[in-house]
Amino acid sequence: MSVMNFAPEALKNLFKKPVTTGYPFVPAEYPERSRGHIEISIDDCISCGMCVRCCPCGTLSVDRIKGTWTIDRYDCIACGYCVTKCPKKCLFMKQGYQEPGAEKASVTYTKSPEVLAAEAKKREEAAAKAAAAKAAKAAAAAEKN
Amino acid sequence: MAKKSVIPYGPQHPVLPEPIHLDLVVEDEKVVEAIPSIGFIHRGLESLVDKRDFNQMTYVAERTCGICSFQHGMGYCEAVEHIFGVEIPERAKFLRTIWAELGRMHSHLLWLGLLADGFGFENLFYQCWRIREKILDMQEMTSGGRLIFSVNTIGGVLKDIPADMLRTILSTIDEVEAELKTVQKTFLNDYTVQTRLKGVGVLTQDQAHDLGCAGPFGRASGINTDMRKLGYAAYPYIDFEPIISSDGDSYARCECRIGELFQSMDILRQAIAKIPNETDLATPVKGNPNGEYFMRVEQPRGEAVYYVKANGKPYVERLRIRTPTFANLPGLCEMLKNTELADIGLLILTIDPCISCTER
Ligand code: SF4
Ligand code: SF4
Repeated sequence: MSVMNFAPEALKNLFKKPVTTGYPFVPAEYPERSRGHIEISIDDCISCGMCVRCCPCGTLSVDRIKGTWTIDRYDCIACGYCVTKCPKKCLFMKQGYQEPGAEKASVTYTKSPEVLAAEAKKREEAAAKAAAAKAAKAAAAAEKN
Repeated sequence: MAKKSVIPYGPQHPVLPEPIHLDLVVEDEKVVEAIPSIGFIHRGLESLVDKRDFNQMTYVAERTCGICSFQHGMGYCEAVEHIFGVEIPERAKFLRTIWAELGRMHSHLLWLGLLADGFGFENLFYQCWRIREKILDMQEMTSGGRLIFSVNTIGGVLKDIPADMLRTILSTIDEVEAELKTVQKTFLNDYTVQTRLKGVGVLTQDQAHDLGCAGPFGRASGINTDMRKLGYAAYPYIDFEPIISSDGDSYARCECRIGELFQSMDILRQAIAKIPNETDLATPVKGNPNGEYFMRVEQPRGEAVYYVKANGKPYVERLRIRTPTFANLPGLCEMLKNTELADIGLLILTIDPCISCTER
């Protein structure tokens, strides 16, 4: 048994540099893998909704027609499940945490007009093709009768 | 005979941010009985199985507790893997062991700090948490989260720890070991610390056995249980023996946990030396689970039980989590009998209570 055996350590600590950093004046350093927040490269997204279905918190929503992807960052638990599920690999976990805010608000990302126009065109073409195929089928059926 | 009176204690604890409430029946300054009441932070995590599929539940299970988060996720995943009957890749088993032991180290260091704060030794408290910070950095470096890892998946793990990170872990635990030795001296040899801990809150081996105490709390009373010996993850390949003491007082609990810190470092070194080189990290599972399993894992606070029952649907039928603090509460109430009122704050700490996971 001894007394005051932490005193040398405590004295040493008095003359050492603090181990804490002066955040926010000194920027925080994050390791490469840090799961801070979710980012999307929206133009690669195919609006499949896989991320929406797999998210354990139900924080995401996708609108195929408007070409938007919406996240309520205050609901996201940064688990990264959506990142592993996205078939186009267009979701990423980035360093740096979600900033605090006075109100709970969601962020919406919209695809660029060119991508939206190209998608709309594709949809129209597909619809026209389907209509043509239907008409041909109906004509063939009428001929048979 | 002195008059009995009841003093409500909690749910706020002077040191610990865990809401446990005790009604203390006291005679003068002596506690004769402690009646616990919990239920302040029930979150209904178990009933979420109706709304989240078995994959999503991995992330829910992990969030049962902020401190043993990894081990909760691992317990759930191992249970579901047993239902599927899949064998996870060897490297994944070692990775799980490494993360589990890092988690144990940070939990025990947190507890040591709180204990020091509990007996009024602020310097020692800061020192312990300063050491813990290095472990947290290792956790963030390897998994991306400081406390919540999110690396478990049904069938294995999602991330690998490459060789350079394993080397960093080894060099960091060397530093931690050196620093730990200085605080160990104070915890175990210092006169003031000993007077606060020795012979205080004694729980005999028989009492601990009858009340079903788990983890370091039980081991400090001479109960030889350690679920790691059951051989999940990579523990069958690791050479270690449970750390047991027979005194059953607060000092023995502190001694056991410090011993386990050094043991965890030893397990980490063994695991890193033996980890096989594989690229495969997870065995894919097909379909939905069907069956039931009872998984027992050793968390920093003791044995946790995961019961999973599935019926071939994406939504698990029943998930039941029995956490170590729940098993240790009867032991706590027994131990508090015939103690001084002034020691209560410290004695509650010595079981390392985690009420948030007890109430889930
Ligand atoms: S990180 Fe997790 S919680 Fe956040 S959006 Fe993705 S799946 Fe949902
Ligand atoms: S899973 Fe990927 S591609 Fe599909 S909607 Fe989500 S972000 Fe877009």
